[in-house]
Amino acid sequence: MNLDFSVIPAYLDVVLLGAVWTIAITVAAALLSFVGGIILAVIALYAPLVVRLPFRLFAWLFMGTPLLLQLFLIYFGLVQIGIDLPAFVAGVVGLGLHFAVYNSELIQTSILAVDRGQMEAARTLGLSRGQALRKVVVPQAVRDVIPPIGNNMIALLKDSALVSVIGVSELTLSAQLAIGRTYRPFEFYLLAAVVYYVINLGMEAVQRRIERRIAAAR
Amino acid sequence: MDFDLILRVYPFFIEAAWVTVQLSVLTTLLGLACGTLGAMARLSRLRVFRMIGAVYVSVFRGTPALIQLFILYFGGPQFGLHLDAFTAGVIGLGVNIGAYMTETIRGAIIAIDKGQTEAARTVGLSRFQTMRYVILPQAARLMIRPLGVNINALIKGTALVAAISVVELTYTAQRFIGSTYKPFEMFMISGALYMIIIYATGRGITWLDRKARIV
Repeated sequence: MNLDFSVIPAYLDVVLLGAVWTIAITVAAALLSFVGGIILAVIALYAPLVVRLPFRLFAWLFMGTPLLLQLFLIYFGLVQIGIDLPAFVAGVVGLGLHFAVYNSELIQTSILAVDRGQMEAARTLGLSRGQALRKVVVPQAVRDVIPPIGNNMIALLKDSALVSVIGVSELTLSAQLAIGRTYRPFEFYLLAAVVYYVINLGMEAVQRRIERRIAAAR
Repeated sequence: MDFDLILRVYPFFIEAAWVTVQLSVLTTLLGLACGTLGAMARLSRLRVFRMIGAVYVSVFRGTPALIQLFILYFGGPQFGLHLDAFTAGVIGLGVNIGAYMTETIRGAIIAIDKGQTEAARTVGLSRFQTMRYVILPQAARLMIRPLGVNINALIKGTALVAAISVVELTYTAQRFIGSTYKPFEMFMISGALYMIIIYATGRGITWLDRKARIV
């Protein structure tokens, strides 16, 4: 066995800075996936067929292929049509769109589960269909779907490690940087794993708090 | 869309898809083995086993699969463990998905009515016999669909081994994107092949599920 954890302190700041970027990319992608998920769900349920079909195709493609492949497409593919995104933005867009599709599936089910009476009542009070959706139906649907979306967001945190492959210096790539200097892969990947685990525990704690508040508000 | 290019490179993708299929099958088998052991540990009477099972699930579900793979492939040699990339990929991904399957299998087992265990024990079956002849056959039916969800995620997850240079679909796509500068075409070919693999697997799962139904 050949382990030497004494090399870690010298690179601790590098790795922790990477952790900050991991959190930043996770939060940004989570927001995009949440808002995108709501928009995709409303389109899937209410838009006319011509609009719905291309989005269906998009969702189908995103659910049937690996995230890593999608990241390559977004990072290298958009350059081909003249859009040169920085790696961080490409990573956020890739992760965000990927999880937006999964969130949208959850939100669609949830919207359909909101009692029909809510829409009817809102329409009777004189709200337009769009207003009724935006102000009455969707907010209730979103509240009900927060717990499973929380699980998706924890999956997103772990999948954010993939953006290291397109060169975003988050936690995984920072660990790789330290490994490149010290030739100590086991120590630094283990350190990265511990940091991911701690962030993961933090997210689970937040998720439990939110779930309790939702349960109390109901 | 450059169809000439697609026609020229697609044989490489077919070969790579075969590697992805092999990875998926072997990973599924290892995952099922780990998942079964994990579920048994989590449902054990002995506290030690329950704790080992809980730690396994928590650690492997709580950290990125990519990091687990890197620890095994790049960190392993520090312990004299030299694996080729394909083997490391199968072991890394299999042990990872095994943690998810542990919960799936455990969920199916605890979904079986307690009365079944009580009745089996009353007629004189041992704990092992109860599990083997009464609980598992019923639970197995319940787990087919959720395990199918795990397997679907696993097939897409095999793309991770591209990061340790296993020449599978995603690695091949990445290599050809680099050499041809035609990302959309490469995405189309590899995406289509992934969809075929996932669709075929899904059909297989549905078939199994229907066959296992009692009514």
